[in-house]
Amino acid sequence: MHVIGLAGVSKVYRSGVLEVAAVRDVDLSVHDGEFVAIAGPSGSGKSTLMHIIGCLDVPTSGRYLLAGEDVSRMSEDELAAIRNRRIGFVFQQFNLLPSLTALGNVELPLSYSGVPRHERRDRALDALGRVGLADRLQHRPGELSGGQQQRVAVARALVTEPALILADEPTGNLDSASTRDVLGLLQDLHGAGRTVVLITHEADVADAASRVVHMLDGRVVDETNALAMSTRL
Amino acid sequence: MNWLDTVKTGLDAIRSHRLRSGLTMLGILIGIAAVILTVGLGEGAQAQVRDQINSLGTNLLIVSPGSATTGGIRGGFGSASTLTKADADALASKVAAPDVAQVAPATTSSGALTVGSTNWTTSVVGTTPAWASVRARKIDGGRFLTAEDENSAAAVVVLGPTTAQQLFGGRSPVGETVTLNNVPLQVVGVLQSTGSSSGTANNDDTAVVPYTTAAQRLFGGNARTSVNAIYLSATSSDTLSAAYQEVQNELLNLHHVTANTVDFTITTQESLLTTANSVNKTLTVLLGGIAGISLLVGGIGVMNIMLVSVTERVREIGLRKALGARPRVIRRQFLVEASVLGLAGGVLGALLGMIGSGVLPNFINSPVTLSPTATAGAIAIAIAIGLAFGVYPASRAARLAPIDALRTE
Repeated sequence: MHVIGLAGVSKVYRSGVLEVAAVRDVDLSVHDGEFVAIAGPSGSGKSTLMHIIGCLDVPTSGRYLLAGEDVSRMSEDELAAIRNRRIGFVFQQFNLLPSLTALGNVELPLSYSGVPRHERRDRALDALGRVGLADRLQHRPGELSGGQQQRVAVARALVTEPALILADEPTGNLDSASTRDVLGLLQDLHGAGRTVVLITHEADVADAASRVVHMLDGRVVDETNALAMSTRL
Repeated sequence: MNWLDTVKTGLDAIRSHRLRSGLTMLGILIGIAAVILTVGLGEGAQAQVRDQINSLGTNLLIVSPGSATTGGIRGGFGSASTLTKADADALASKVAAPDVAQVAPATTSSGALTVGSTNWTTSVVGTTPAWASVRARKIDGGRFLTAEDENSAAAVVVLGPTTAQQLFGGRSPVGETVTLNNVPLQVVGVLQSTGSSSGTANNDDTAVVPYTTAAQRLFGGNARTSVNAIYLSATSSDTLSAAYQEVQNELLNLHHVTANTVDFTITTQESLLTTANSVNKTLTVLLGGIAGISLLVGGIGVMNIMLVSVTERVREIGLRKALGARPRVIRRQFLVEASVLGLAGGVLGALLGMIGSGVLPNFINSPVTLSPTATAGAIAIAIAIGLAFGVYPASRAARLAPIDALRTE
């Protein structure tokens, strides 16, 4: 069972008369329960690819099946529902709402899918417990360290029980201890059977994944098994 | 996301930008308070005029001389004394005017009353005993004029409360003597205050004497036969227009004039009210228009703030969309914010308007009547303004592509 099935996906941006192809003809499959890293230098198109995978952007051409559903031709409302139920995002800038508590931030995606209040709270408490922040429920993002904020973001990503957790440079703003922390969390999630896609430009972060997809100039240039890579080195 | 959550989110956003929200509300607040005060002032003025006109008497008709045409020249209102005591007597006839209840002719002159070394100039009314009931005046002490006073041209006077106060201070004037044009008059009674004064003519500053006394002993010349006005009361408010017709026909007959050469004018309370109200209405509309403009400016302020808010919170909107908020949920969130600003501004403005209507009469000597309709309407308008001016910013926010929104730094 494929969680992600990209076939011939391209994304072309038009700036004035120039056409810039950010992603060119990418084929990519991610199996259920896999931990995949998409690695590449900045400008390689990995962020655009991540936006397409996350249904934040639609491809110019090609087909994208997310958990078996073709999302290329969906309406905005349908895409919002897909993002809500199927995908959990972890961003580089954490993107927590500063006016809400940790608990409120984790509850937010549930409130958009209409989960009743008490169930929302129970699930958010559970998710925060899983990332080890059961004692920080009423703290606002400003009162938490970067690592703690990112853990709240991870809790928010997993609270909807999504098919896919999409982490976009999740360690880009963290020190090395917090980086290990967050990567450990992602590995735990993978261990618990979740599909995780990690976008990064750092090789040692990519190493946390079991498969690394390298991108350059909008194309997938190399797929390596982490295992194969370590034997090669 | 249900409504409760949406409202909570909206309130949250307002709370986290206290100063900005407060300033926005201020615009609406001032507009609403201005509307409430303006409407209140207008209604207060109308009520005041209504009271004044009602205090003249009930079912009152006033016949004034004037509009006489002499040698082709039409005299102005009140320019000639064409009404006589005989006219009044004729109108008192139940045959000629069955719907007229009472008739009180009045001749009015200015006169100086003297008590010892005190003197006071007031308007002296020579009239019949019916005057008190036609003009709805009551007696505070002593008695009013009687038919006997009338028949014997008695040297008696009934003072208005202001006049009594000026001449006698705190003392009771009943039984005392005042001198007018060298005629000593005994004070037999004092009128009750009407409680309202109409600026130019103070109903409480007057001296009432029998018509015969005024005509024969106090004033000479024209005052012997002519009167300045005839006050009539209709038998009921239903017969007022019938009484009007009867009086008009009778006087046209008596004066041998036609509707074109008419030499008198009949005024009813209703016509006085209509004139007064039309003046007030113009003023209220004018002031209301200005208040309305300030409301509009307040509304544009809300739109301004909401647009700034959208721009400032592009990232937040992007994030909410990434987490699964549908465009309509985002739009609703901003609409709730805008209408809460409108509602809060409206309620606070209504409060300010109410406080203002309590305080203002102390400074400008004019009553303010709070109208519940206007208050409720103003609050409704405030919410509507919030909604109307929130629609554009809200739909702008809803239309943002999630990825563009998230990328914004």
